[in-house]
This record gives sequence, C-alpha cells and structure tokens, in this order.
Amino acid sequence: MSAIKSSYIRPLDIHKGRIDLSHGGGGRAMAQLIEELFFAAFANEYLAQGNDGAVLQIPSGAGRMVMTTDAHVVSPLFFPGGDIGCLSVHGTVNDLAVMGARPLWLAASFILEEGFPLADLQRIVASMASAARDAGVIIVTGDTKVVERGKGDGVFITTTGVGVVADGILLSGDRARPGDTILLSGTIGDHGMAIMSKRENLTFDAQIESDTAALHGLVADMLASGADIHVMRDPTRGGLATSLNEIARQSGVGMLLDEACIPLRPVVEAACEFLGFDPLYIANEGKLVAICAPGDAERLLAVMHTNPLGHESAIIGTIHSDPQHFVQMKTRFGGYRNVDWLSGEQLPRIC
Amino acid sequence: MKYVDEFRDGSLAQGIARAIARAADTGRSYSFMEFCGGHTHAISRYGVADFLPPNVRMVHGPGCPVCVLPIGRIDLAIKLALEQGVILCSYGDPLRVPASNGLSLLKAKARGGDVRMVYSASDVLSIARNNPEREVVFFAIGFETTTPPTAMLIKQGTAEELSNLSVLCNHVLTPSAITHILQSPEVREYGTLPLDGFIGPSHVSTVIGSRPYEHFAEEYRKPVVISGFEPLDVMQSILMLIRQVNEGRAEVENEFSRAVTREGNRKAQALVAELFELRRTFEWRGLGEVPYSALKIRQEYAGFDAERRFDLHYVPVADNRACDCGAILRGVRKPVECKLFGTVCTPENPMGSCMVSSEGACAAHYTYGRFKDAEVVAA
Repeated sequence: MSAIKSSYIRPLDIHKGRIDLSHGGGGRAMAQLIEELFFAAFANEYLAQGNDGAVLQIPSGAGRMVMTTDAHVVSPLFFPGGDIGCLSVHGTVNDLAVMGARPLWLAASFILEEGFPLADLQRIVASMASAARDAGVIIVTGDTKVVERGKGDGVFITTTGVGVVADGILLSGDRARPGDTILLSGTIGDHGMAIMSKRENLTFDAQIESDTAALHGLVADMLASGADIHVMRDPTRGGLATSLNEIARQSGVGMLLDEACIPLRPVVEAACEFLGFDPLYIANEGKLVAICAPGDAERLLAVMHTNPLGHESAIIGTIHSDPQHFVQMKTRFGGYRNVDWLSGEQLPRIC
Repeated sequence: MKYVDEFRDGSLAQGIARAIARAADTGRSYSFMEFCGGHTHAISRYGVADFLPPNVRMVHGPGCPVCVLPIGRIDLAIKLALEQGVILCSYGDPLRVPASNGLSLLKAKARGGDVRMVYSASDVLSIARNNPEREVVFFAIGFETTTPPTAMLIKQGTAEELSNLSVLCNHVLTPSAITHILQSPEVREYGTLPLDGFIGPSHVSTVIGSRPYEHFAEEYRKPVVISGFEPLDVMQSILMLIRQVNEGRAEVENEFSRAVTREGNRKAQALVAELFELRRTFEWRGLGEVPYSALKIRQEYAGFDAERRFDLHYVPVADNRACDCGAILRGVRKPVECKLFGTVCTPENPMGSCMVSSEGACAAHYTYGRFKDAEVVAA
C-alpha cells in the first residue's frame, strides 16, 4: 500500500486572506493564486496551457498588427463608474482601437502589495474579466509580482494589447490637414473628476461617474461609415487639451476650437469650478477625438450619434495651418484664448 | 451652472462691449490696472481684451499671491520639510514654484520631504491631530482672503492645545502694495506709467470691505471699481472706470455688490487683528521691500509661529537680472517686452515671479494669449 496521500491544498481564503510575499515567490502559493484567482476569472485555452507565453494564430487576411502597452496606477482602486480592473482593459483596448485596430489579445502584469486583501483582488480580476469579455479580447498571458508593504499602492496593473488593422485603414497623429474637422465623442472630464472627488472625499448632489469604456465598437462603426478619417486619439491623462496639442505638433498644424460646442456635464463643470481646474485638462477614459476630411464630418457625426458611447458626440473645431502649432479656442464668452500644453501637473488655484 | 453662467454670457458681453466702445473717448487712451491675479486670469482665459477698443488697455498688477512670494520664503519651507522633518502643508499652487538650488516644494517631496497639499487650512488641523508625534507646519500664503482661515487654524490649535502645530506666515496686504505702486517713480514722477484707475480686488474686498480704497481714490485721484472675478464683472467694471474718468470723478465704486460691503467682514477682520500684527517690512518678489505690507503672528501666539519655533532666518534670493518682473508687476512693461519671456522663461521653467502661477501676468499671457503675438495665418 502506498504511503503517499493524494495531495490537498487548502483553497485560498478569498474572504479574509491577504497577499503575502509567498504569492510572488514562484512556489506553490503563487501557483495557487494564479490558478484559483486569475485562471478562474480569465479562463481560456491559452492560459490553460500553462506556458510562459501564448502562441497566437494571426487571423487570415488580418493585414497589419498593432501593439500597445499601458500601466495603470490609479488611486483609489475603486471609484464611481469603475475600478482599476476594467480601466486596465479599457485603456489598452482604446489605444488599439484609435489606431483603427480590432483588439484581440491582452497580456496583464500585476504588481501586488503585501497585505492587499484577496477579496479586493478578486473583485478587480472579475471586473477585468468582464471588461475583456465585453470588449471581445482574451487575456492570454500574464505575470504576478509581490512587493513589500509600503512599496506599492495596493495593485498596479500593466496591460499590453495586440490587435489587427484591416488594409486601407491608416490612422495616425500626423495626418491632420488644414480644413479638416475635429469631432469629440462626448463629455469631457468625467473620469478625472470622479477620481478626484473620491480621492478628496468631495460629495456633490449628483455623483460624478467615470466614463471608462471600451471604444472599439464605436471606432468600428466610424470606420465602417466610409468617412475619410485621418486621426483618432483617446484623450486620457492630460485631457482633451493635451491630445489636441500632441496632434497639432505631430501634424504641424494649428487648431481652432469652439468652447460652446465641447460637451461638458454640469456637475463636472461645477466640480472643476470648485477646485479651480480646467476640464480641458482632465482625464477621460471612454472618449475619442476624431479628425476627418471636412466633407465627411456631418456623416461621421451622424454615425457616432447612433452608438451609445457616441450619442453626445459633437463637432468641436477645425484644423488650419499655423507654423506655431497653436491650439486656439473661441471661449463661450466670445473672446479667444490659447489652449496650451499643461505645465506640470494641474494644481488647484488659491483664489 | 447656476450663478456662474449668468456672469459668462457672451451676448451680454457684446452689449457691454458696445457700451464701452460708445463711452470710450477716441481722443484719449485709458490704462487700468487690475490688481488681482484672479482678474488677470479671467481676462486672459475668457479673452476679455478682445472686447475692448484699442485705446483701452489693461495693465496687470501684482495681486498674485504665489507670484509675489519671494524665493527665500519658499526656501524656508523647503528647509523645514527636508532638514527638520516636519509635515509641511501647503495650498496647491505654491508647490511648483522654483526655489534655490533647483528645488521646489514638489521636488523636496520627491527627495523625501513630507510635503502635503491641502485644500483648506482646516485640513491642517486634522493632519496635526492625526500625527501627534510629528511637527506639522502650515505654509500660509495669500492676501486678506486666505488670512482669516489661517487665523482660525491658530485659534483652533490653541483651543485644542495642539503642541505640534505651527504656521510659517507669509500673509501680505493689498492696500500697501497698491500704495507702493502709486508711489513708484514711474507713476509719480516720470509719467511712464499712465494709470487711470484700478479694478479693485474681488475676494480680498469681501474681507476688508471697500473702505480701505477710499484713501487711494482721494489721495491719488485714481478711481477704483471693486469687481467680481467673472468676465462680465470685469467688463462692467471697465465701463464704470471709463465713465468715472470721463466725468473727472475719482471714487470707489462697487460692482461686486453681491458680495462686498463698505465695511467688509468685521468678524474676520477682528480675528485677524487678534492673531496677527504688522511686519515693519516684507520683501515682495518683483516689488522688493515694501513697508508694513505683511503680517506676522502676535507674541501671545508665538508657539504657533514656525519662524520662532524653528529659529528660521530669512535670506533674500535675487531674481535673474535680465528678468523684468519688477517692471511688469508695476505695470511699466508688458510680458512680451521682457527678453526672457517665452525663451528661457516659460511656465515649465519660470525665471521670474510673473511666470510662476497661472495668475501671473506672464504665465497668463503665455498660456492663454501667446497666439496673439504671432502673425495670423489664414486657413
């Protein structure tokens, strides 16, 4: 009779358990965490193989591939409208989408801080899994590291994405031309102010929710419209102002915006006013800017309006030639101003 | 947004612009100084200058609390954070101001200093309560608007016997700065700075009232219109100033009557008087030493005075010699006339005070109005 008993590992105590250094040590505890938490949530054939990497079959006729990566260090981890989990999927999916790509695969790296509750980790991972399912992407490989208490901020997640672009689609920040029209897919500043109000414990009558969302569906609709789109970008950190300045510099053009046309929720506007922020510089996680040939703008706008993520889309300005690459704006008041690069971090004003 | 949009209404602006154009005498020019950085910011951000006829010129004044804060005072705060290991609490906008040795409060934070941004002086109270074993210092800056909250902090700290709390006081006074400008040689003797009147402070006046300006209006024959910070307020105030000039009046008028009274907030004034006394002199960045222009904590509350508590000694630090901030703050020169503007001096790397905060004359012009310096190229 054999003396070897069938192996038994006590399941992870998701309810009360916490991350400790052994979860990053490469031993049984790590294997258990990966299997019971990550694999369980992300379940797919690539992960099931248990290899160090995923072997991927490029869809036939896929044309070119797009690859991007994005690190997520948001604090607080859970905020109105989302959490770091879904954000880490949306961020990378959107970076692929605005290049005109169909997002296919993601890799996810987790840096966990010692002492982090497993229950929170499971919530985050479930949120990632759900966001990935909705976006039609598969998390095919990943990595987990644990850092000592005090050396992380709970969880950092880096996601790397791969997508494919059909032939004939060429979106790039250097393709804006004088005369082109600038479109925006909805209200600005929702994500940044949702985070800010949670972080600073500010409560307003109406809660501000993050706009975090995967934009690939909206992008697909826009591309299918046949409109001659030159540039797309998702204005995340640094806000709309930063994305537009980047494009103006890349394309070597100037822009003229009409502030009255830029969608902005009253509650976000009020929160910005209260804290002394300019919503043009506040982060978005579910919006895109598109620059297209002038004759196609109205048609493209109509298509964007039919998508739930673009129903508040608006034409916000035009491209013109300007050797200084200034982004100018006609204010709602009627005067004109520069919309400059942000200098440093946006800090609340005293007066 | 209710109570805000009404004061940013573009069609009303057109109406006031027409009234200004009608009122302004084409045979003369008008120069008005807006004292406050808040007005400078509003004028630049909303493009108010675009509504004014060419013979009405706005001169930016020194009322940006961050801009006039001398480097040496920030050095003291950095020293506290890095050498004394205190929790240094500050409002947001002083954090980025460059100080000596390539440092700023933000950079001091990156070097391990415990620098924390607060939204109000009362945040400092909770930090002091929650860290009884640490020294907590509030880097108090600003004009009369931010002084009463600092006074409340000390008052509350006394009541709660918070022995770990102190204040590095840099509060400055608006009337002394206006007097200083009016007495500057450019205004008094050379006539190089034609100043026809002042847009009076908005928030400051809610505290001190409109009475303190009556002296300037009378003594220096300069009209003052106290104005709200919204763009329509500013335009209405410009119209009121033009009318005063045309009629040869030099009075204090109050456009911001929804918040400012002649007497101001007496409770706040009493509180400030109880906690603070005048400094004999204080250095302003750009203006130099200005007599009786700042406050220090009274002897009775010496325990809360970080300067006494940590035996701090102020060392003045000179600005770059090519920097024209002094002249710009006195309204003698425009930002673009400074050699450094937009070349070595930018908001990322400010050489002088006016480029430091978004309310500073140079930063406001750089950020919001720079495109107007370039030739307009048609699309």
